[in-house]
Amino acid sequence: MDKALKLKILDLMITSRCMEERLIKMSKSADGFFWLGGPGEEAFNIPLGLLARPGQGLDYDYFHFHYRNGATMLAMGMDPKDEIRQMNNRATDPFSGGRNFCNHYARYEWNVVPVTSTIQTQWLVAPGTARAQKRHGGDGITIVTCGDAGTAEGDFHIGLNWATQPGHESPVLFIITNNQYGISTPYEQVHGTRTLASMGAGYGMEYGEVDGTDVEASYAKLQEVMAYVRKERKPFLLEAHVTRLYGHSSSSGANRVPEGSEQDPIETWLKKLIKQKLITREAYEEKFKAEVQRMNQLLAEVKQEPEPTGDSIYQHIFKEV
Amino acid sequence: MATMAQAIRMALHYGEENLGVTDIFGEDVGPPLGGVFTCTQGLKTAYNSPLDERGIIGCALGLALAGQRPVCEIQFGDYIFNTIDLLKIVGNSHWASIGQFEIPLVCMTIVGAGIHGSIYHSHSFESIASHIPGWKIVLPSTPIDAYGMMISAIKDPNPVMFLYPKALIRVKGTELIPGEPEDEKELHRMIDAPTGPTLYHIMEARKSWKPEWPKGLTDYQVPFGKAKIVQEGSDITIVTYARHVFMAKEAADKLKQTEGISAEIIDLRTLYPWDRETVMNSVRKTGRVLILNEDTPVTNFGEHIYREIVDTCFYELVAKPRVLAGADVPGVGLHPNLEFASIPQVQDIEKAILAICSEKP
Repeated sequence: MDKALKLKILDLMITSRCMEERLIKMSKSADGFFWLGGPGEEAFNIPLGLLARPGQGLDYDYFHFHYRNGATMLAMGMDPKDEIRQMNNRATDPFSGGRNFCNHYARYEWNVVPVTSTIQTQWLVAPGTARAQKRHGGDGITIVTCGDAGTAEGDFHIGLNWATQPGHESPVLFIITNNQYGISTPYEQVHGTRTLASMGAGYGMEYGEVDGTDVEASYAKLQEVMAYVRKERKPFLLEAHVTRLYGHSSSSGANRVPEGSEQDPIETWLKKLIKQKLITREAYEEKFKAEVQRMNQLLAEVKQEPEPTGDSIYQHIFKEV
Repeated sequence: MATMAQAIRMALHYGEENLGVTDIFGEDVGPPLGGVFTCTQGLKTAYNSPLDERGIIGCALGLALAGQRPVCEIQFGDYIFNTIDLLKIVGNSHWASIGQFEIPLVCMTIVGAGIHGSIYHSHSFESIASHIPGWKIVLPSTPIDAYGMMISAIKDPNPVMFLYPKALIRVKGTELIPGEPEDEKELHRMIDAPTGPTLYHIMEARKSWKPEWPKGLTDYQVPFGKAKIVQEGSDITIVTYARHVFMAKEAADKLKQTEGISAEIIDLRTLYPWDRETVMNSVRKTGRVLILNEDTPVTNFGEHIYREIVDTCFYELVAKPRVLAGADVPGVGLHPNLEFASIPQVQDIEKAILAICSEKP
């Protein structure tokens, strides 16, 4: 990993964190409603976005995200203003026009299919886009994400089963970001499996784990497994161990967890880069402050944009024939 | 004349040859069986899925999102209930993405009673389906309509729930589908797969079998939202669909002879969007209406039609409208006495018609 990439990842981490913290503040003011997102997953989600190939159609990757992939979208090139538009439920929200929660992306030109709040249903849909990609040829893959709690749903197994159906083995990168909790329920309380990744063994698929708080480990592992899925046209099940720095969502308060209780991957990465003399803490703090200001400015601009009108609810129920 | 199963099969063949259908799949849909009701025999894009309704709907949605044109099957309507949340996602994906994604998906599933199917092979689904916005819902009663509505479903860029009635799947049509050979024995020879006493015999017999598709099939379409007036009449309107079109006809024929009642029978064909214009015009003409189907009666789709009729034609009605639906019970029992007591029968329809027609304004 060269210096420029290391610093680029740090910059994206800052943007992502500042965006999410802006969204959280909005959720606690009149500027937004419910918040849920992915602070704590940046060291994994940003390499994921940088290594993915967004674009329209079967030659590019398809994305079936759960609701913690804001950092991935930023790394893919999303303007944070668009996410602020969604949080502020403006008509200009390019994903859902003010219809859906934050972190619920849908972007046709990048093959980002609509994010749903329903847990794990995305794992049923992913084999469908992957089948189309397999038939089409090329090296486009389908990337689908979920949390550890969602793996208790039968849909987790359905996804793995369809992606390994004989004759229909498909290029799906299945990703579990394991933050150890489903809202308030600890992982150990409801899962007897030693690791979630090892569930891939029963389906005869390749699987592995990675420390998702470690940028370099995540980047290297994602490079390796994406290359495998692109080339072999077969699925891979990857479990990334991450943290959850603002709890589950607004439903659990969306407050920063106590200092030292969970690792902050940005702090870990920053310390590494300071040690390598790629940046100083002062310079980082300057960047962070400037990014906080930028997010405030973006919100101020977004608030001038039009709201969706009540009669717009009837738009797009059906595609006109 | 073709049966509904043959009609659907020919439409799917036309779809995969000419309309870009990429995947026809579901439980036992591919070779060797070609569907438990034979609707998918001999189709080149048909394949078997795992026994997994959630996976079927999920995969179909994924294929549609990736620009494919899937037709998936849930083997019985009775087994679609564990996919309701997915049907909601299918129905909302275009809307939730403010029109970014098209969902050209057809889900076919066989519904209703009439084959002694007991508790888990007799369910109706149309009333529940109508609570899931974003889908077009059809329920044809004849082979030619089944052909034309399947073509329309495949051509539509939106999700279409193609329901078809179990009781009518083997009933031969009375109108030739464009391109269908006139001799039904010839059609049977051409497109029905050879059969056998066991799966092993069937597999053996079908190893070298290939269908010989009729050459002149067309994109004959039955447009969505257009009901069919099965017979014109002046005394009462019967709004129905599927098997009850024929049961209504039987009841009406009898009452024509015995009572001189002239009934107008409307086969809705499309339940969403349904043909308000045809229904209201008829009700305005007759002033009396019976809404008839076999789904359970509470929050029945017919109640919705009833309400719309009352809202629209209240002052033109000369008698209280009625909904005659299935019994308010958890299932359809196996013994014919139980099934007949659960599903409106011809005598029940006669009684309802007489009750409505005997009302004095």
